[in-house]
Amino acid sequence: MIKVQEQDFNLAAEIAALTRGRTDIGGVVSFIGLVRDVSDGAKVAAMTLEHYPGMTEKQLSAIERDAGARWPLSASLIIHRYGRLLPGEQIMAVVTASAHRQAAFEAAEFLVDWLKTKAPFWKLESDGGAESWVAARDSDDEAAGRWEKG
Amino acid sequence: MKLLYFAWVRQRTGIAEEDATPPDSVKTVLDLVEWLRGRGPGYAAAFGDLKALRAAVNQEHAAFDAPIRQEDEVAFFPPVTGGGVAPVDRRPE
Repeated sequence: MIKVQEQDFNLAAEIAALTRGRTDIGGVVSFIGLVRDVSDGAKVAAMTLEHYPGMTEKQLSAIERDAGARWPLSASLIIHRYGRLLPGEQIMAVVTASAHRQAAFEAAEFLVDWLKTKAPFWKLESDGGAESWVAARDSDDEAAGRWEKG
Repeated sequence: MKLLYFAWVRQRTGIAEEDATPPDSVKTVLDLVEWLRGRGPGYAAAFGDLKALRAAVNQEHAAFDAPIRQEDEVAFFPPVTGGGVAPVDRRPE
């Protein structure tokens, strides 16, 4: 399931909804990304996330389908927020559920790595005065690249 | 053709989206970039550096040699920066 939203989320409630009535799930892995107050040594007072409505949902769904094809997942969820966010706020989350923990752990890491390189989001950081667009990191491409079938 | 611009590409062109009718000689994403560059100083600034630019055709990531047609939706933007923390925390040099 994909959720692209401006409002905050309650991960416990999301997991409860995802697993309700299910008795085939042996483990649930979750990851939450938070806004930090420092980016490459510079202070961050606020961040505004811009995205490409339509393409965002399409790309996140494709990444989720990829994960489901690689690992035996019982359920999965990707939440990504957009709009203005302050340090400490939740920015995104990934949840994977499977009969066995290894699939859930690996699929969660795969989803987080890939959504950083595929999902059309851009971060505008503000230090309270000046604003600047966050540049993509080579390390993100490297993290996603290790999942390429070689 | 529907054109969309995001992040600093949008700031430099001054608009988020527009309908455009490029000439028939525009057959690829790169042709479109070159045509857009000639539309004014804002466009020249937005489309000056190919290395900093990414494109999508009909909401799929596309290479610069990807073919395009008049009915396509083409978007231009910087490399994406979704997600939360970086996988490897790199300190400034």
